[in-house]
Amino acid sequence: MSAHAAVAAPYENTGVPDGKLAIWLFLASEVMLFGTLFTSYIVLRTAAASWPVGWEVLNVPLATLNTFFLIASSVTIVMAHAKASARDKAGFYRFMGLTVLLSLAFLVVKGFEYGHKFHEGHFPSTSIFYAVYFTTTGLHGLHIIGGVAWNLGLMWWAGRDGWDDRLFLGRVEYAGLYWHFVDIVWIFLFPALYLL
Amino acid sequence: MSEHAHAEPSFTERYVFSVDHKVIGLQYLVTSFVFLLLGFSMVLLMRWQLAFPGQPLPLIGRLLSASAAPGGVIGPEFYNQLGAMHGTIMVFLGIVPLGVGAFGNYVLPLQIGAPDMAFPRMNMMSYWLYLPGGLLMLSSFLLPGGAAQSGWTSYPPLSVINPGQTVWLLAMVLLITSSLLGSINFIVTTLNLRAPGMTLWRMPVFVWSQFVTAFLLLLAFPPLEAAAVLQLMDRVFHTSFYMPEGLIVGGQLASQWSGGGQSLLWQHLFWFLAHPEVYVLILPPMGICAEIISNNTRKPIFGYKEIVYAMMFLGTMSFVVWAHHMFVSGMSTTLSNFFLVTTMIISVPSVALLTCLILSLKGGAIRFTTPMLFALAFLPMFGIGGLTGLPLGLTVTDIYLHDTYYVIGHFHYVVVTGSLIALFAGTYFWFPKWFGRRMDDTLGKIHFWGTLAAMNGIFLPMFAIGLQGQSRRLYDPTAHLHNLIGQPLHVVSTVSAFVLMLFQIPVIYNFFYSMFRGEPTDSNPWKATTLDWQCPSPPPHGNFAKLPRVYRGPYEYSHPDHRDDWLPQDAEKAVAS
Amino acid sequence: MNGNYGWFLPVQASDFAPAMDRGIHIIHWAMGVIFVLWSVFFAYLLVRYRARDGHKPDRSHLPLSVSLAPDIAVLAFEVLLVVVYAVPSWNRMKRIPPSAEGSLQVEVRGEQFNWSVRYPGADGKFGKTEPRFVDFTNPFGVDEADPAGADDVVTVNELRFPVNERVLVRLTSKDVIHSFFIPEFRVKQDAVPGLAMPVWFTPTLEGDFELACAQLCGVGHAIMRADVKVTDRAAFDQWLAAKKNATLAAAPKAAVEQW
Repeated sequence: MSAHAAVAAPYENTGVPDGKLAIWLFLASEVMLFGTLFTSYIVLRTAAASWPVGWEVLNVPLATLNTFFLIASSVTIVMAHAKASARDKAGFYRFMGLTVLLSLAFLVVKGFEYGHKFHEGHFPSTSIFYAVYFTTTGLHGLHIIGGVAWNLGLMWWAGRDGWDDRLFLGRVEYAGLYWHFVDIVWIFLFPALYLL
Repeated sequence: MSEHAHAEPSFTERYVFSVDHKVIGLQYLVTSFVFLLLGFSMVLLMRWQLAFPGQPLPLIGRLLSASAAPGGVIGPEFYNQLGAMHGTIMVFLGIVPLGVGAFGNYVLPLQIGAPDMAFPRMNMMSYWLYLPGGLLMLSSFLLPGGAAQSGWTSYPPLSVINPGQTVWLLAMVLLITSSLLGSINFIVTTLNLRAPGMTLWRMPVFVWSQFVTAFLLLLAFPPLEAAAVLQLMDRVFHTSFYMPEGLIVGGQLASQWSGGGQSLLWQHLFWFLAHPEVYVLILPPMGICAEIISNNTRKPIFGYKEIVYAMMFLGTMSFVVWAHHMFVSGMSTTLSNFFLVTTMIISVPSVALLTCLILSLKGGAIRFTTPMLFALAFLPMFGIGGLTGLPLGLTVTDIYLHDTYYVIGHFHYVVVTGSLIALFAGTYFWFPKWFGRRMDDTLGKIHFWGTLAAMNGIFLPMFAIGLQGQSRRLYDPTAHLHNLIGQPLHVVSTVSAFVLMLFQIPVIYNFFYSMFRGEPTDSNPWKATTLDWQCPSPPPHGNFAKLPRVYRGPYEYSHPDHRDDWLPQDAEKAVAS
Repeated sequence: MNGNYGWFLPVQASDFAPAMDRGIHIIHWAMGVIFVLWSVFFAYLLVRYRARDGHKPDRSHLPLSVSLAPDIAVLAFEVLLVVVYAVPSWNRMKRIPPSAEGSLQVEVRGEQFNWSVRYPGADGKFGKTEPRFVDFTNPFGVDEADPAGADDVVTVNELRFPVNERVLVRLTSKDVIHSFFIPEFRVKQDAVPGLAMPVWFTPTLEGDFELACAQLCGVGHAIMRADVKVTDRAAFDQWLAAKKNATLAAAPKAAVEQW
């Protein structure tokens, strides 16, 4: 990847690999991004004339199922990393594949929820509540899609020359860090939108 | 993956999709200077209208479309488009990419003894998001609806109902992503790629300035990205994040929007970015000045650690002063007192930085080289910019001065006679490193004096115009009675702006002429101590033939035990003659 | 152009103007003194320490504490400004609104690109308004069924105030953000749709002044202005009565058109 990698040792450095540092910095910026959305949510809600009760208008059972999917996928991605560390390629494929399937299941359920809302005539423009709902879950969904692409890319790379690449294990770990972040965002979104 | 697997890199690999930080730096340099020229040309059209409202533009007027400038006279809509695009281009496509993308990219890895950035391909991606973002921004002039016309600050509801804004938002998302990738790269490079011995406290001030700036970009831009997404939703899907209930636009109830949002929310999110952005504009230029001043006084810089701490403090505080842009916005007037206090506090590190730079001159042997002239001019000019910030940061006086030409004068002193002057200094200073040739000194001095005089001619009258109570962003100031008296000052300002354009001809000619025909130099023409001058000019791929080892701080000039008056950071020990 | 405007600040026409100008003067004097002293020192350094034959740089520096002196001086000056000037004046001008009683109440509403003004009339009460009643003859959407609204006086781009009487403006906007700026009064406040901002001042000088929109509000921003006239109380009452008759005369016509 980088020209200096072969001679990384002699440099003055933090001891943290470049990629890991970068992913943490990226997540810091992501915290600012979603932090802004949450702040906007709070500001808009406190000033709103009326705000529906989340569980009366949104589908809590489906969202609970989705929460389960995401938490499970966080476990499977850790397993995938463990298998990769143990040089168990089949195990890596199994658990990374499971992670991708769970993420896709999340997206399918989310799609049903969206479709149902559209069918009922609720769009982002309907009210400030739906504006917040569609925008935050939509952005979160985009992050899920990004994660799926990344994880699929890792599986594809493992099948090519990636499995034996020096950077492979690190990249699986970074995928996991990112995935945990996406998971945590949902853990905040779920109560904020559905339960409060 | 390895470099050796490739044969000779093709032309495209070497100059277009290059992963070499030096080529990317120069790509940024040329691109941002072109954008600066474009943004400057736009303001010349506006300045003509301000000085001679309703008069047809000479020469260019006939070339503009009939809808933009009927009869060669700029229309109000086109004027507002020019205004919004001037601000956007100068800030996001000009000064920041020049200070960070160009100088940071080229100089930072050299100064810490790195062979390249930590993520060269990500570095390339930053540039290739920046350029399309910029082109998209420019192309909006040609699209139906035209360019954004709600000011570079894009306050809703105006920005939501005005045409042209969607493309602005999309382009901003590209630019934000570009600078996000860049900032991650800068931080990781600085932390992990320093040559052996280059401890944090041996890094040149310029590296520190880039390091702090990268954190500002990393943490301040995502809120704007989120805010831009919300505005995009308001425009495209008619959500009401920024739209309150019951808006009546053009006599019609704006029923596309359900209402329930708050227009002030945008202002908070925008300034949460845009105030740190001010320090993104000013810190790298300050770093450049520190390098040049130390080099041209031939003595260590004053208060190296004080400078670094001041920069960190400035960076941190810049996140809690944003609402001083909003004293009369309708925001809670109690909150204003809080932001008044933080604003007063943030002025202290700025004073400290300027004091350190001026005290660095004392006891030196000042060489008045062209880059030094620019760096010296930075000090009083930035001083004017800083001082005039005081009545704007003070709640009471800001009631009157807010959104007047006084504000325009203030931040142009900071960003133009401050940042831009320092970036010129950096261009003259590092040019020999980039091309192994020197820029012409006489042309440089003509450029310097002409530019300095013209810039003051443009911006000094604005303080008077502002104190007279004239608001910014007026298509025709003479429509208001109280503005009439300031009209001659507008003429002075406009004439100076055209003079400034003329005085840029020497530097453009100088740049391209010297690139090929300039006087060849050795690798260290300024007799400097930092690592960027201890490698060949221009540096080869990988920069250093042998990994340098660093033995001391960055500014060991006139060391008593050394035969030369500069002791490079990588010289093992001082050698008596 | 008239005598109200000069090369520096405009004429002082409200009770806030003297305090505002005092602050602006103090700060500019301080800025001037700082800048001149600083420049003299700067010029001295440039001449004294210029590179020349036989001049050797001196590597030593002044102690760090010297560099802190300007920081402390600036901070002290600012603390003084904040405590003695900014916070008290801010409270008076912006933070603590005067009571509605004893104030002349006016409602001002910005729209692209006009200022609509409503005086409550003799009863001192504004009539109820609703967005659905808004049209070109009724910019505020006054509910005609409400008796309090019957004597409301509505003008467009025309403001009158009696001299030396406190005015309390209820500032709103119909569409986008505008800004209510009367330079001679040193008063400025953004008009934000969805919010009603209080603005208050006491005109202290009779004469003709100008209300200008100070926040970019669209293509017609530059022409968005209103005449402000300050007169004595008698002339003001006379004008208000004349306006009311004009409004009443217009009202039946508008009603007929609606039919």
